[in-house]
Amino acid sequence: MADNATAPSGAAAAIRGADPIDVLVIGAGPAGIAAATAAAEAGSRVLVIDDNPAPGGQIWRGGGAAGAAGAALRRLAACGAAVVPGTAVVSVGPGPAVVVRGPHGADERESLVRLAPRRVVLATGARERFVPFPGWTTPGVVGAGGLQALVKQGLDVAGRRVVVAGSGPLLLAVGELVVQRGGRLVAIAEQAGAWRLARFGAGLLAAPSKLAQALSLRRAIGPVLRPGCFPIAVRPAAAGLVVTLRAGGPGRERDTELACDILAAGFGLVPNTEVARALGCRIGAAGVWVDQWQRTSVGDVLAAGECTGVGGLEKSLVEGRRAGLVAAGREREADRLRAPAHRARRFAARLERTFALDPRLATLADDETIVCRCEDVAAGRLRGFTGWREAKLLSRVGMGPCQGRVCGTCTAVVFGWTCDDVRPPLVPVPVGSLSMAPER
Amino acid sequence: MKVAVVGAGIVGAAAAAALARAGCRATVYEARFPGGGATAAGMGHVVVMDDSPAQLALTARGREVWESLADRLPAAAEYRRTGTLWVAADDDEMAEAEAKAGRLAATGIACRMIDARELARREPALRGGLAGGLLVPDDAVVYPPPVAAWMLAEAVAAGAVVHRGAEVVALGESGAVRLADGTVFDADVVVVATGAAAAALVPDVPVRPRKGHLVITDRVPGMVTSQLVELGYVKRAHDVGTDSVAFNVQPRATGQLLVGSSRQIDVTSRGIDEAMLSRMLARCLEFMPGLGSVPAIRSWTGLRAATPDGLPLVGPWPAAEGVWLATGHEGLGITTAPATAEVLAAALLGRASAIPVEPFRPARLHSPGIRHESN
Amino acid sequence: MSQTDQPRSSVLVWIDGVPVTVPAGQSVAAALLNRVNRGDGSGWTIRQSVAGAARGPLCGMGICFECRATVDGRPHERTCMLAVRDGMEVRTDG
Ligand SMILES: Cc1cc2nc3c(=O)[nH]c(=O)nc-3n(C[C@H](O)[C@H](O)[C@H](O)COP(=O)(O)OP(=O)(O)OC[C@H]3O[C@@H](n4cnc5c(N)ncnc54)[C@H](O)[C@@H]3O)c2cc1C
Ligand SMILES: Cc1cc2nc3c(=O)[nH]c(=O)nc-3n(C[C@H](O)[C@H](O)[C@H](O)COP(=O)(O)OP(=O)(O)OC[C@H]3O[C@@H](n4cnc5c(N)ncnc54)[C@H](O)[C@@H]3O)c2cc1C
Ligand code: FES
Repeated sequence: MADNATAPSGAAAAIRGADPIDVLVIGAGPAGIAAATAAAEAGSRVLVIDDNPAPGGQIWRGGGAAGAAGAALRRLAACGAAVVPGTAVVSVGPGPAVVVRGPHGADERESLVRLAPRRVVLATGARERFVPFPGWTTPGVVGAGGLQALVKQGLDVAGRRVVVAGSGPLLLAVGELVVQRGGRLVAIAEQAGAWRLARFGAGLLAAPSKLAQALSLRRAIGPVLRPGCFPIAVRPAAAGLVVTLRAGGPGRERDTELACDILAAGFGLVPNTEVARALGCRIGAAGVWVDQWQRTSVGDVLAAGECTGVGGLEKSLVEGRRAGLVAAGREREADRLRAPAHRARRFAARLERTFALDPRLATLADDETIVCRCEDVAAGRLRGFTGWREAKLLSRVGMGPCQGRVCGTCTAVVFGWTCDDVRPPLVPVPVGSLSMAPER
Repeated sequence: MKVAVVGAGIVGAAAAAALARAGCRATVYEARFPGGGATAAGMGHVVVMDDSPAQLALTARGREVWESLADRLPAAAEYRRTGTLWVAADDDEMAEAEAKAGRLAATGIACRMIDARELARREPALRGGLAGGLLVPDDAVVYPPPVAAWMLAEAVAAGAVVHRGAEVVALGESGAVRLADGTVFDADVVVVATGAAAAALVPDVPVRPRKGHLVITDRVPGMVTSQLVELGYVKRAHDVGTDSVAFNVQPRATGQLLVGSSRQIDVTSRGIDEAMLSRMLARCLEFMPGLGSVPAIRSWTGLRAATPDGLPLVGPWPAAEGVWLATGHEGLGITTAPATAEVLAAALLGRASAIPVEPFRPARLHSPGIRHESN
Repeated sequence: MSQTDQPRSSVLVWIDGVPVTVPAGQSVAAALLNRVNRGDGSGWTIRQSVAGAARGPLCGMGICFECRATVDGRPHERTCMLAVRDGMEVRTDG
């Protein structure tokens, strides 16, 4: 890589220039952006890092200049916070310090940098939950959020037949994006039943912005929405894929086959807690545990947004803002945002109830269905172990580069195991970089 | 004879299998699950070492048993005869390699000197300018956790009983064990095979933890052919008191590289010591610069059970009636577990052994009334 | 990279030795997926799994490692996390 074989990458240079740091924000999605903006506007020296190539997180990925995304990104740019994308946390400690590296196309001779901020705000967001079912590793089967991200990265879906399946409000947004980009939306299969969706929809009346969003989506995707319906298998066909969707309750199952080019399947979101776990933060049932001030169980470490519990954009924004204010010592201002934060949490709880997974989803994988995609470990290999660690040591599940980020959530659904054994490096890092003691 | 085996790492599992096959009524107590201790954290290099005649005998016999098992091991054991290539950086180390070759050859261990040209041809990822090395072709690489599980299954097939999730909290009078839930089991003899944790059950046993770091990479098939170890390793590993690192790279059956090694005495925290990790990797890059661009995907640590004289403790512990030890294997417990089991069974049942049992008797390191501090 | 929807210009990348013009700002994963006629009908295959099965991107956000390719000689790069650059060499064939 001639162009940057010798020069330190831009990310590393920017990080070096950001010293000293009052508040380090990890993650530049809506929560991180809100936190960074609030803290910087309150006078703190703020550094925001994100492992993606650009700020915005999942929802504002490639956000462009328009709408809320544009406004938030412009405000972030103006607030004085340093923003360094393409930078991942590799390890943690001592204290709230973290060791980071710009991983993207960076030279292996690039050293790691230890950041020792006064406070850390974790805004690491969420990832998709995948449920293994026969055929889900076939090329053309992608996550729902995965398809959204890839389209925003430039994937062309014009003319492609797309089935969106799984669970959660994300499915609707993905369906809409597919339609906008000229794709042929064949169906949206939402595993939650119609009555649960209806109750959820009624609840939206209490949240006007969400209602507006729901109504605008409805025209585009209403006709193809199939509630109470989930994929049970997918197989390659002469052209594209054939997906089998199952509708009806236990004992009354009806299966339908649909042809498509892309199956986008995601079953809700799970919080990204790796950095929090490495720092020793307590993890609760929903995600990173926080108190009413967005403080985690570890001193000087705060958390906001999806990593504390999945709840959508408004929760991330208000929690991020509050975490930023608290990190900057503005508790009183943060206090004024208690009511909206509380509302956002209630909405999160409703989301969880509405889109709770049908227990039948845990039984879709047959013995040959791959669970660990990195190491090609099938479900049949995993039966009979007492837990994650034993299964890992004896079957190689979770031993690949994703280190359980995908298969760990799969085995949580299928076997009820918890995969919580984070070890550095938190993301793969060239041996060369690890061989140098971190700068600072 | 009723024998209680405490610990189902590779040593306890091998011991249980040997004892059950020899007609003992063996019961195994494992606090967690088989093979999850040091056995899951080590490198799995089956290697003949010759620091002392006793070590040479034990490792050579261990390797011989491994070879005899090779065809029956489960596929997950990933047993492969990669050979060991002891890498000599300069002429001094070349001379050391020659001396080692002499010692190995004298006991019938196949080995052969390799010059700089052949070294470069065999292992092109090594840097240029190295002097050469010593190839020990019959050394092997194995993935130990499934082997411990398999050996335990063999023990069960021969009549042993296994209790998982059964932590032994105390040893009672002559052979009794007490579990965390208060249950007491009787036996004629209890074999303590709890690795680096031995001192928790047997006070004053001269075993100290010696922490090691390892790093596993993503797949880079073909980059390395043999297990590569710098000749300086032996020198560094010997000095128990000081922290040390050495170039030690193992090609896994998966195409991954397992990169070591480090040694820190009396460190029991299992966290990664960043400074030690980077020092270890920097040492490896001195020998293999191209390793620098290979992605590391995970690091971890393990505790070796070190003894003052570098030999394991296999046999009765004079300070406690009915207590036998099978621990203290430092960085060689995978290699030597099968031979350890033979030595233990022979000593316990008064039978003939393939190798002398005397050098491993714990009594050699026991002086009544004196607390043991090694070095 | 700015992952914008309206590319301002194009860059030339080499994919498995073949020069391909792609809009600037795209991710390498998107550039790989946008090629047609890859032989498997879906155009979605980027890598072989350890057991030799065809695989393509799953998460689009750096989590799953199913989009790995060798980029400018570096093995196992996640292509969904990398923007295309002029002259970039991408290999999906190992
Ligand atoms: C030959 C071989 C090859 C291997 N190949 C791979 C591979 O390809 N990929 C892979 O992922 N793994 C691989 N492993 C390693 C394996 O997954 C475990 O990482 C290894 O067994 C070490 O365990 P661990 O300490 O990481 O286990 P863990 O289950 O993480 O932890 C063991 C103990 O350490 C404690 N602990 C964990 N983290 C910390 C911490 N940060 N600080 C303090 N204590 C901590 C835990 O609480 C627990 O008590 C391999 C192991 C071997 C022997
Ligand atoms: C970094 C590193 C690299 C190594 N590389 C190699 C190598 O290349 N080649 C080689 O031959 N060896 C190597 N070793 C050494 C080898 O791993 C060990 O010698 C071997 O695994 C020891 O096995 P064990 O059964 O004695 O101990 P362990 O595997 O630790 O087993 C002890 C068992 O006892 C159980 N236990 C502990 N306390 C209790 C209790 N109170 N009650 C019930 N159960 C209990 C534990 O849960 C555990 O399962 C290495 C070790 C390390 C740390
Ligand atoms: S598609 Fe999952 S890491 Fe790139």
